Amino acid sequence: MFKILALLSIFAVSVFAAGDANFEATQRELNIPAIIMFFIFVGATLGITYWAAKKTKSASDFYTAGGGISGFQNGMAIAGDYMSAASFLGISGLVYLSGYDGLIYAVGFLVGWPVILFLLAERLRNLGKFTFTDIAAFRLGQKEIRTLAAFGSLAVVTLYLIAQMVGSGKLIQVLFGLEYEYAVLLVGVMMIIYVTFGGMLATTWVQIIKAVLLLSGVSFMGFMVLSHFGFSFEALATKAVESHEKGQAIMAPGGFISDPISAISLGLALMLGTAGLPHVLMRFFTVGNAKEARKSVVYATGFIGYFYLVIAVIGLGAIVFLNSDAGAQYFVDGKLFGGNNMAAIHLSHIVGGNIFLGFISAVAFATILAVVAGLTLAGASAISHDLYASVINPNATEEQEIRVSKIAVIVIGIVGVVLGIAFEQQNIAFMVGLAFAIAASANFPILFLSIYWRKLTTRGAFIGGIVGLATAVILVVIGPIVWVQILGNEEALFPYKHPALFSVTAAFIAIWFFSITDKSQRAKDEEKAFEAQNIRAQTGFGAAGAVDH
Amino acid sequence: MKDELVERIENNPKYDELVSKKNSLGIKLGIFVLVMFYAYILTIAFNKEILATKIGDGVTTIAFPIALAILIISFLTTLVYVKKANGEFEDLINDIKDDVKDVM
Repeated sequence: MFKILALLSIFAVSVFAAGDANFEATQRELNIPAIIMFFIFVGATLGITYWAAKKTKSASDFYTAGGGISGFQNGMAIAGDYMSAASFLGISGLVYLSGYDGLIYAVGFLVGWPVILFLLAERLRNLGKFTFTDIAAFRLGQKEIRTLAAFGSLAVVTLYLIAQMVGSGKLIQVLFGLEYEYAVLLVGVMMIIYVTFGGMLATTWVQIIKAVLLLSGVSFMGFMVLSHFGFSFEALATKAVESHEKGQAIMAPGGFISDPISAISLGLALMLGTAGLPHVLMRFFTVGNAKEARKSVVYATGFIGYFYLVIAVIGLGAIVFLNSDAGAQYFVDGKLFGGNNMAAIHLSHIVGGNIFLGFISAVAFATILAVVAGLTLAGASAISHDLYASVINPNATEEQEIRVSKIAVIVIGIVGVVLGIAFEQQNIAFMVGLAFAIAASANFPILFLSIYWRKLTTRGAFIGGIVGLATAVILVVIGPIVWVQILGNEEALFPYKHPALFSVTAAFIAIWFFSITDKSQRAKDEEKAFEAQNIRAQTGFGAAGAVDH
Repeated sequence: MKDELVERIENNPKYDELVSKKNSLGIKLGIFVLVMFYAYILTIAFNKEILATKIGDGVTTIAFPIALAILIISFLTTLVYVKKANGEFEDLINDIKDDVKDVM
């Protein structure tokens, strides 16, 4: 079991190139301050869930918190979805391990945001109701498009969820000293409670609280680290170079991105994959209008950017402090206890003592819970809104739809726990890689073209979506990670770890070809319907309102 | 949306203005961000030694201020877009709304 934490989040797609980032789930004695902090957090969030449950009545409340989240709050929640345990532990661990390379991923993730803002955010808000599938299905065939996009969403959500479950189990083993199975079960139960009772309102507030705690926690750590160096970055960097075995090399890019094809493909996966993640896109429906949707992206970009900057300081701080006399206690047999991803956790102990260690541990765990809740809600919406209420039973009442979503949440929760336990010893690298590749190749092209291309037809979107999905899956399977590392073959049939460049291109070409060759009456009608859709996307006229859908 | 409304909005010059202004700003800023990001990624892919150049006599390399600059510029581009969109573009949208409110 290796590199688990690094795989927990978005940037994880490529982190497994990072060399030795072992996460050894050795147990240690119960971490009492962490457990107390954890129960305070759990108590507070259950209180929120209780409050949210009383306010959650309609389907709109359940899926989108009634559209009553402000731009600032939503920006915080989006930042929360981004600042997962892996962004925090993984990137700081990466900087601890190899210095500057960790920052490359941070930059890649942040740069996706302006692009989402210019291309998607306000149009999503203007066209959509509950899920991003609403947009693709706006003028195209409901049945085909919703079925395809719902399965795209579910594939992304499930793969991502398993990775989070396995990661959280391992994290809890190290942090709290609990058994792996109990840890996974605990996450599953908590998440089911948040989502079934509190819906999007509770999920969003859990995410916001976690974002605030995490930002405060890392700010404190960054402050403490810099205060040792008279708030001089150069002084910190000098000491880090002296302390690290690679010396000056940690100050510049190393070997993460080797060839241009991989670089471009990774860049595409980071950018477009983010724009195709159902649980992130869903956040644009919780705000009242396009104006708030735009604002939320500005706030999110600001918080995430700040977070990554502090993370860089924390990573360099970890190099200095963990390699000092005070840091010796965190090493077992010459290796960092719990693996390199625990660098920030150990640093928190050095700079803030037991209580702060407890705080950071609880926040790291809360982070997983919050992300898992968002994922589950996105998956449940795909089932209840896109499959059940739009395809299986178009006459469903709101009550029936909500009931189906709640059942879906419980099923997804159970599936997450079972698979989380089943996959404990598996390399989960390919699951996260696959989740991103699918999001970028199957979800993004359909979403993008349905908004921007008037000639897009149902046939083109349907066939192209399947082509994108299949290409991504096949290229990941025959690529270096699955074919060589998991299946144990000598050489990969497809040489690159990141299939996005090829699978995204294949999806776009297939959608284009099968759309322009579609001469049916339906295709003509769909083209005609584009103008009305475009007016709504541009102006918001006729868009779902803040409270009433 | 009613056909009449669609037609009225389509024929409203302010709608053309809105769409062209919005698209042109979005495309310009989008290309700017993409060029900036890929210039960075391709420098890493092809010539990472350049980024290892030290600043003055210290150990810090130019790679750090470059990463910092990209993070800050990304933030600023979103800010520029939203200022413009939430001001000028929303005003245009409200004007259009006034023009067509009899058929809405």
